[in-house]
Amino acid sequence: MTDAPGAAAGPLLSIRDLEVTFRTEAGSSTAVRGVSFDVRAGETVAVVGESGSGKSTTAAAVIGLLAGNGAVTGGQILFDGEDLVGHDDAAMHRLRGSRIAMVPQDPMSNLNPVRRVGAQIDEALVDNGVVRGRGVRARTVELLAEAGLPDAARRAQQYPHEFSGGMRQRALIAMGLAARPQLLIADEPTSALDVTVQRTILDGLTDLTDRLGVAVLLITHDLGLAAERADRVVVMYRGEVVEQGDARTLLTDPQHAYTRRLLAAAPSLASRRIELARQGVEVVQPAGEDLLAPAGVGTAADAGRAPGQAPPLVEVEHVTKVFRLRGRGLLGRGADLTAVDDVSFVVPRGRTLAVVGESGSGKSTVARMMLDLLPPTSGTIRFDGADVASRDRAAEVAFRRRVQPIFQDPYASLDPLFTVYRTVEEPLRAHGLGDRAQRRARVRELMDQVALPADLLRRYPAELSGGQRQRVAIARALALEPELVVCDEAVSALDVVVQSQILHLLADLQSRLGLTYLFISHDLAVVRQIADRVCVMQAGRLVEEGTVDDVFGSPRTDYTRTLLDAIPGRDLDLGRTA
Amino acid sequence: MTRLIMRRLALLVPTLLGLSVLLFLWVRALPGGPATALLGERATPEAVERINQLYGFDRPLPQQYVQWLGQLLQGNFGVSTRTGRPVLDEFLNRFPATVELSLVALVVAVGLGIPLGYLAARYQGRAVDHAAVVISLLGVTVPVFFLAFLLKWLFAVQLGWFPSSGRQDPAMIATHPTGFYVLDGLMTREWDASWDAVVHLVLPALALGSIPLAIIARITRASVIDVQHADYVRTARAKGLSAPHVRRRVILHNAMLPVSTTIGLQVGLLLSGAVLTETVFAYPGIGKFLADSVFNLDYAVLQGFILLIAVVYALVNLAVDVSYGLIDPRMRTR
Repeated sequence: MTDAPGAAAGPLLSIRDLEVTFRTEAGSSTAVRGVSFDVRAGETVAVVGESGSGKSTTAAAVIGLLAGNGAVTGGQILFDGEDLVGHDDAAMHRLRGSRIAMVPQDPMSNLNPVRRVGAQIDEALVDNGVVRGRGVRARTVELLAEAGLPDAARRAQQYPHEFSGGMRQRALIAMGLAARPQLLIADEPTSALDVTVQRTILDGLTDLTDRLGVAVLLITHDLGLAAERADRVVVMYRGEVVEQGDARTLLTDPQHAYTRRLLAAAPSLASRRIELARQGVEVVQPAGEDLLAPAGVGTAADAGRAPGQAPPLVEVEHVTKVFRLRGRGLLGRGADLTAVDDVSFVVPRGRTLAVVGESGSGKSTVARMMLDLLPPTSGTIRFDGADVASRDRAAEVAFRRRVQPIFQDPYASLDPLFTVYRTVEEPLRAHGLGDRAQRRARVRELMDQVALPADLLRRYPAELSGGQRQRVAIARALALEPELVVCDEAVSALDVVVQSQILHLLADLQSRLGLTYLFISHDLAVVRQIADRVCVMQAGRLVEEGTVDDVFGSPRTDYTRTLLDAIPGRDLDLGRTA
Repeated sequence: MTRLIMRRLALLVPTLLGLSVLLFLWVRALPGGPATALLGERATPEAVERINQLYGFDRPLPQQYVQWLGQLLQGNFGVSTRTGRPVLDEFLNRFPATVELSLVALVVAVGLGIPLGYLAARYQGRAVDHAAVVISLLGVTVPVFFLAFLLKWLFAVQLGWFPSSGRQDPAMIATHPTGFYVLDGLMTREWDASWDAVVHLVLPALALGSIPLAIIARITRASVIDVQHADYVRTARAKGLSAPHVRRRVILHNAMLPVSTTIGLQVGLLLSGAVLTETVFAYPGIGKFLADSVFNLDYAVLQGFILLIAVVYALVNLAVDVSYGLIDPRMRTR
């Protein structure tokens, strides 16, 4: 990415045959083995892989911050010619911050919550001996401004909880670069942020490291991001380097099967709607429904109302949700926050409507109102022609059967004390469906549908992988044969490969069972793969609506264009190479 | 913050009303009624009759309650049948003694508990840790009165290092402008009186502080272990802070958040724990007076003291809640 001085000399960081082992109660496990790669001065090298691939462990070994039960058990880490393996903590302390620094993954948990942001950068400056005395705070403000934090002098006086995620990440970047290190380890620096924020933060980070000639070791699961930002890419899989080389070459001409799989799984704007055997499949639908007709065109007012077309399953009309915020002081009146502002759309039967937007756009509030977990302040939501709000108890029970959610975090949405069997069976029991034997048979059928082996039924969520858990969540959602499934960021917490599998599963189930999806996501590339129609939300308002091809092909609003431009690696045609 | 305080004070009203109803009905529900309680079991029916008329015990209960409540609101908590003095005066006379004892016990509990828990966490799995776990287990399981007796027997009776009872040597002539003896000694420059009060406080404070000490040590240990693995601790090390610096400024400060909550809860318990400790050490505080009143069926004192202790408990907890803002900035903006 840059021709920094010193690039011609020996590498700044040279990892040779690195092996890292973790001791656990079950014995020791080798998380990283035989890993070798170089980072030259001023260069950006991306290490790409899914979770568990050893990429973050490798980075932690370089800065000497492996978890307590981990240790480097072989190989060398040569930093500027000095082998860091075998350095004690005091020796590593001399390098940390001043020569090797880190920008961590999650901005929400990486700042000390009880100290002002400025003070946290001050201490980095003082402890690394950069400045002393009066000049410290001035330098801190300079650093924060340099990292793109507006109004840095005032912001330095604030606590982390008064910062947004993007602002916190800027503070962490300022902190990482405070002592002008030679090597910056950026461990998934933006994966917790919105795409648009992600882009500006990464632009800022790239500019800054280029200008300062800092070498960057970029750890990411996102191939698009790696391709866009790195000079070279190292692909890791199960603790080993499977392929490395020049970024563009590696991504356009991958040699290793795993790299090809990663590329194929990576969602991008070039990827197409997952079309399975939708055509010709008999779908459980009311008679007279023409599934192959183009999904509702136009806005809520006229969509799905064309003669000869079945009415849409869901009609959302002029829905507004206002939250009252708590006020300050004794008599302080709370301010109102309009989370959803006069939103109308329809969800055609058997199709997927995606609602996209950044955090705070109101998309999750839409999902919660759709699930009748939250009443709209005004407007109506009609499900199969009936108003969701005005229902009696029996109708409510029926509604709960016909509409099911799948949530984002499969780690949090499953009861840790329930076995898989109990989780999937629970909705059947709650609605009093079938006897024991029938329920057992139904659970097995559901496990089949989501392609999970029946021997997982006795396991607990903690014993499952993220993808397996999300499959369990899907099986649970499908237990009552719902018509509408509300997927709130259902694949956002998953690795690309698993994500792609789950998306295929969802598409497959849709075509087999005739499901209708309301798909809430911040990830436009994912939406491209699963949705028929898209609603774009910004600050509570619906700014654009249309078919996926229309919205992605020729966005009408600047906001949608910004969202699309922010997707890493969008020009690279990922996913088409394999 | 003002809102929080106002809301909490408002909540205090129904709590105290409920408690007052219970206390009122309790005395009325005694066998023979309040008159028998006053006169003793061998009172003649005529005497009981007279008392009932005199004090209005023959009127309908709601009317009696309203009357009693009206007296309470004017600061009239009745008269102790044992000492013949107003209940409120008895309470206010002894309250400083109990506050002094509770404060010293708290200093003992916090001053020993936090370092103990911190060292246990830092040297997790080693000898210090095991010792801390044993101490905190003993602290929670050994009954306070037993520990009090043990301390008294060993350090006062056998070794004679500390006095075995009271607040002050009876031979000591000292002036007490505030009723807080240690403070009084300092104010009047009667150093020996001040020191004598301190010496008298050591054993009761150790006994009273034992349970809070154990709990604080355990919470500190768990909290430090938890915080040690926080992301921001790793980040603090990554930015080049030295290990002692990280321990002091990052780990300890954050680990103190749950500990402060625990300390707040213990403050209230110290007041009630004082009953046993003060009795064993014949320490003239509200606890000992309350215990004596129990044995003498001095119902006016019991009613009044329990209500007053409840008020103090609630106010102390409120003060503690408000002070969380001092150590956790996130509490300030709410």
